[in-house]
Amino acid sequence: MDFTLKIWRQKDAASRGRFVTYHLEGISPDCSFLEMLDILNDQLVQKGEDPVAFDHDCREGICGACSLYINGRPHGPDDAITTCQLHMRRFRDGDTIVVEPWRAKAFPVIKDLIVDRSAFDKIIQAGGYISVNTGGVPDANTIPIQKEHADIAMDAAACIGCGACVAACKNASAMLFVSAKVSHLSMLPQGKIEAARRVKAMLEEMDRLGFGNCSNTGACEAECPKQISLSHIARLNREYFKAILG
Amino acid sequence: MSSIFTSSVGKKLMMSLAGLFLIVFLLVHLGINLLLILYNSPETYNRAAHFMQTNILIKIIEIVLFGGFFLHMIYGVIVQIENWLSRPKGYRVANYSQTSFFSRFMIHTAAIIFVFLVIHLLDFYFKAKFGEPKLVTYSDGKEMVDFGSMIIAKFHLPGFVIGYILAILFLGFHLLHGFQSAFQTLGLNHKTYTPVVKALGIIYTLVVVSGFTAIPLVIYFD
Repeated sequence: MDFTLKIWRQKDAASRGRFVTYHLEGISPDCSFLEMLDILNDQLVQKGEDPVAFDHDCREGICGACSLYINGRPHGPDDAITTCQLHMRRFRDGDTIVVEPWRAKAFPVIKDLIVDRSAFDKIIQAGGYISVNTGGVPDANTIPIQKEHADIAMDAAACIGCGACVAACKNASAMLFVSAKVSHLSMLPQGKIEAARRVKAMLEEMDRLGFGNCSNTGACEAECPKQISLSHIARLNREYFKAILG
Repeated sequence: MSSIFTSSVGKKLMMSLAGLFLIVFLLVHLGINLLLILYNSPETYNRAAHFMQTNILIKIIEIVLFGGFFLHMIYGVIVQIENWLSRPKGYRVANYSQTSFFSRFMIHTAAIIFVFLVIHLLDFYFKAKFGEPKLVTYSDGKEMVDFGSMIIAKFHLPGFVIGYILAILFLGFHLLHGFQSAFQTLGLNHKTYTPVVKALGIIYTLVVVSGFTAIPLVIYFD
């Protein structure tokens, strides 16, 4: 398969970036999107050019490192996957593919397609934890937890912090990410104790970092590779109202 | 506690509460307006309008109503500006994620509704309050503003009718997202009831839009 790639190139955070067009030929349909970028980079290195910088790590959809805004969608045209799980057979031979970094004030571009997502770490540092030593792995069912609550907590815990929610949201809001973390901990007995302090601290940090406000468009839910539901945002709001008024 | 007015979730809470209040107000407004086409003479409408103008309880609620409009607009503008600032550089390829369609245009529909609201208030509310409106005296000797005849005259102007109906359509677009969004912001999201709320939002919007557009059409073609 042959492709024309329009890729955002930016030397460093301080430089002005621009789109650069590359042509790739003979790409296997079974090639993953990141492998296709590896092939491009190999060619660039052989020509003595600077390879395209992009984030990646596990390449099996669980680490949340790979980002990329591909043809108008975070993680490309498929639903519920990360970019490393996207394959070139999803495109048509001869397609032009536009690859951009996540765009948000809170996620500044470091180089090319890599953005600084440490804003998420700062939100977690503000309250996304429990302050007791949990020790080793406890025996199953030592703390009885209602099945429905365990399910909700588990669904929320699936968030890999990739930032696709922020990238997709027209307001660059981080509410789906924050809500997943708040939901995950507030549904479990260990997390309930600090729930009020946590939700206030995490939201305050989210606002301070310059993420936008949620306007319930649902783009985050549609683009989340782990299909985190908007119901978590409603729970976050409830937790916040409880913390403020309670 | 003060963060309820300044935090992102707090600001949305204010917007949703004010929005829901305005949603209730619209139904009351529609109910009274429908009197114009349900009765042959504007007398019943005028009496209802007179009651709304003079009743002390309604006068107090009127202050709350203006407060609601103000809160909804001010917070709406603040939230929108913050949202624009949160992405200083946009994408080359516009996002086509599956979203609630009208949610993308809330500030645009809001701007149109605001212009309509200003014209609407100047045409009727302020004219009655501060201008020299046409008065009418009924058989029981009560003198009141003849709103009914003022509106009927306006609704015989084709340009006015078209502008009015267009504004109501944009109000409908705003409500289609706003209704269900208010519930989500209040934290009311439920597997069974959220689809019901969404359906109610569509029904409510259809009632409001068809009601408010029927009135000028019936009067114009009468």
